[in-house]
Amino acid sequence: MTISGLIFYALAAIILAATLLAITRRNPMHAIVYLVVSFFGMAPLFYLLGAPLLALLEIIIYAGAIMVLFIFIVMMLKIGAGPVARGQWLRQWLPAVVLSALSGMIMVMLIWQEPAQQAVLPLAMAGPRELGIFVYQRYWLAVEIASLLLFVALVGAYYLGRKGPEPEGEP
Amino acid sequence: MIAPYSQVLILASVIFIMGAACCVARRNLIMILVGVEIMLNAAALAFIAASLHWGHLDGQAFVIFIFAVASAEVAVGLALIVHVHRRTGTVLADDYSQLKG
Repeated sequence: MTISGLIFYALAAIILAATLLAITRRNPMHAIVYLVVSFFGMAPLFYLLGAPLLALLEIIIYAGAIMVLFIFIVMMLKIGAGPVARGQWLRQWLPAVVLSALSGMIMVMLIWQEPAQQAVLPLAMAGPRELGIFVYQRYWLAVEIASLLLFVALVGAYYLGRKGPEPEGEP
Repeated sequence: MIAPYSQVLILASVIFIMGAACCVARRNLIMILVGVEIMLNAAALAFIAASLHWGHLDGQAFVIFIFAVASAEVAVGLALIVHVHRRTGTVLADDYSQLKG
């Protein structure tokens, strides 16, 4: 096993542990902090798989902007751990576990079925310059559509979040 | 030499399934959005691994668009949560049962 393989397995263990802790915490704030750990583990993995620009974007956008937005909302709404409902485990985690086991089995079977996918990944790196030139040559229309989507999301978030008069028909 | 492609795919699918389980099992709307984030991140990991496996840059280009869609989705989703919290005073999905009568 090479040094990059060791790094991959260590990062995979960190990501899996942090994600598992994140989805099982009852307090949303703890879950979000564990999720930040998971995203920070994901960024070196992206770098290892040859995407340095995306590794930086992962830290800046995901761990930086999106998670801070989550934390702001949790602080603004004063969301705590919430009450424990009776029979909650059976009603909610049992379907989730059954769904996870089924789809996990199917995914692993599909992945192992294909012998070409046993090929070991090489070490390669696509720098930001190549990626930027590629995106703007091949996907310039998609970049424009993504910018339009972000603009619509901005307007929509402002419209939903504004403090206006209550709509009619409100009790 | 990093690791077999299949192991990276299995890692991505396990993370994706964790996100799906989080969406199904949790009642808190914030945790449901967190599950969606985990799923989008797992898809990004699978795209990057595929991009490395086949030596094309298309996968990495799609991950940029996944990031854009994730940010837009989080902005609108959190605005919806704030709006619904202002109207009903709760963020638990079980409490939205007004239509039951």
